[in-house]
Amino acid sequence: MALNKEQIAQRIAKELQDGFYVNLGIGIPTLVANYIPDGISVVLQSENGLLGMGPFPYEGEEDADLINAGKQTITTLPGSAIFDSAMSFGMIRSGRVDLTVLGAMEVADNGDIANWKIPGKMVKGMGGAMDLVAAAKNIIVAMQHTDKAGNSKLLSQCTLPITGLKCVRKIVTDMGVFEIGNEGFICLEYAPGVSIDEIKAKTAGRLTIADHVKEVAF
Amino acid sequence: MNKVVANADEAIKDIESGVTLMLGGFGLCGIPENCINALVKKGITNLTCISNNAGVDDFGLGLLLQKKQLKKMIASYVGENAEFERQLLSGELEVDLVPQGTLATRCMIAGYGIPFVPVLAGVGTEVAEGKETVTKNGKQYLIEEAFDADFAIVKAWKGDTMGNLIFKETARNFNPLMAMAGKITIAEVEELVEPGKLDPNFIHTPGIYVNRIFQGTNYEKRIEQRTVRKK
Repeated sequence: MALNKEQIAQRIAKELQDGFYVNLGIGIPTLVANYIPDGISVVLQSENGLLGMGPFPYEGEEDADLINAGKQTITTLPGSAIFDSAMSFGMIRSGRVDLTVLGAMEVADNGDIANWKIPGKMVKGMGGAMDLVAAAKNIIVAMQHTDKAGNSKLLSQCTLPITGLKCVRKIVTDMGVFEIGNEGFICLEYAPGVSIDEIKAKTAGRLTIADHVKEVAF
Repeated sequence: MNKVVANADEAIKDIESGVTLMLGGFGLCGIPENCINALVKKGITNLTCISNNAGVDDFGLGLLLQKKQLKKMIASYVGENAEFERQLLSGELEVDLVPQGTLATRCMIAGYGIPFVPVLAGVGTEVAEGKETVTKNGKQYLIEEAFDADFAIVKAWKGDTMGNLIFKETARNFNPLMAMAGKITIAEVEELVEPGKLDPNFIHTPGIYVNRIFQGTNYEKRIEQRTVRKK
């Protein structure tokens, strides 16, 4: 069985370390917050100007003035801090955010990422994605391994407009966990029930299989 | 010194067609609702707007789009607005998409009197096309310029008649940066008080940056994505 979205998020949550400041993008990355391991304390950064993002408010307690970067109503926590957008990207640009998790349309085997535009079709804008990928020390991409037509999203070269160059460190897809090495993608883990041959068939970029490749564990 | 004006109509009375405006807010959070409505009512056109987003179809900056009052939009994310996408794809609207951190920084440096900054965001992407670059210690940076806006219009929670401002929660976002960046800055506030009522230690925007201030009315504060949990 390939990993579902929740399981992708759950696997990424294992990468969290105590004391991390983490920026979670929209979509699967947001779900990572639901799987923070016991005994680990992380601070979630929302780039619209909040450190210490809390859970959604209880019904009736929503505050229009308190949202996350996905424009969802949220809450603060004891110890939260609010700041303006320049300071928010200042802490990102200066490398103080330890981990960024974001979605992607394509990732190349050298770590290039495309996730902001489909020419002629989608012109939503890059939001904070270009700033995040240009600066973050540690970027994990959460995405499906293939598009709806079954084409690999792990490529030798991005075909869509680039968001950032050589910046992705790790990718967690429904098929497994991959690192970007000097020789392209390295498969570190495979999803339960997914064979290495299937992963090879569905990966268009250069791919090597780690010597100690193992099944994804949660 | 008298910065207090009666209402949004008076605050924007000298804003004419063709000017460049900055509008604070992130999504619909912290947008200057009163002034946007006044700009729609006034009917001026050919505006260049610098704002992180473009509102939704029937609220915020979307209202100016619907009336075709915008010539150019400078923003980082415009995904929630079908009319925006239509005007962009048909070529009616000029659009400059700017990475969000770069957008914020270009506002910030305008307020700090710094003409340009080197930034990494956008290197190797479409954003870099036609831009000057500088290479330092083996890394290439884009030269990004300070914004030059005729007016900045911001929304604060509280303000005093000296123009000092305090923002609430994440409605702060771009507001204090833009307040510092406009040639003329207009602030609409939920509560306007006399000097001395706000603690100087907790002022976010010092009054020197604010030219006009008024207490707004009838804030709708629409929520874009209402997300809740059960008790």
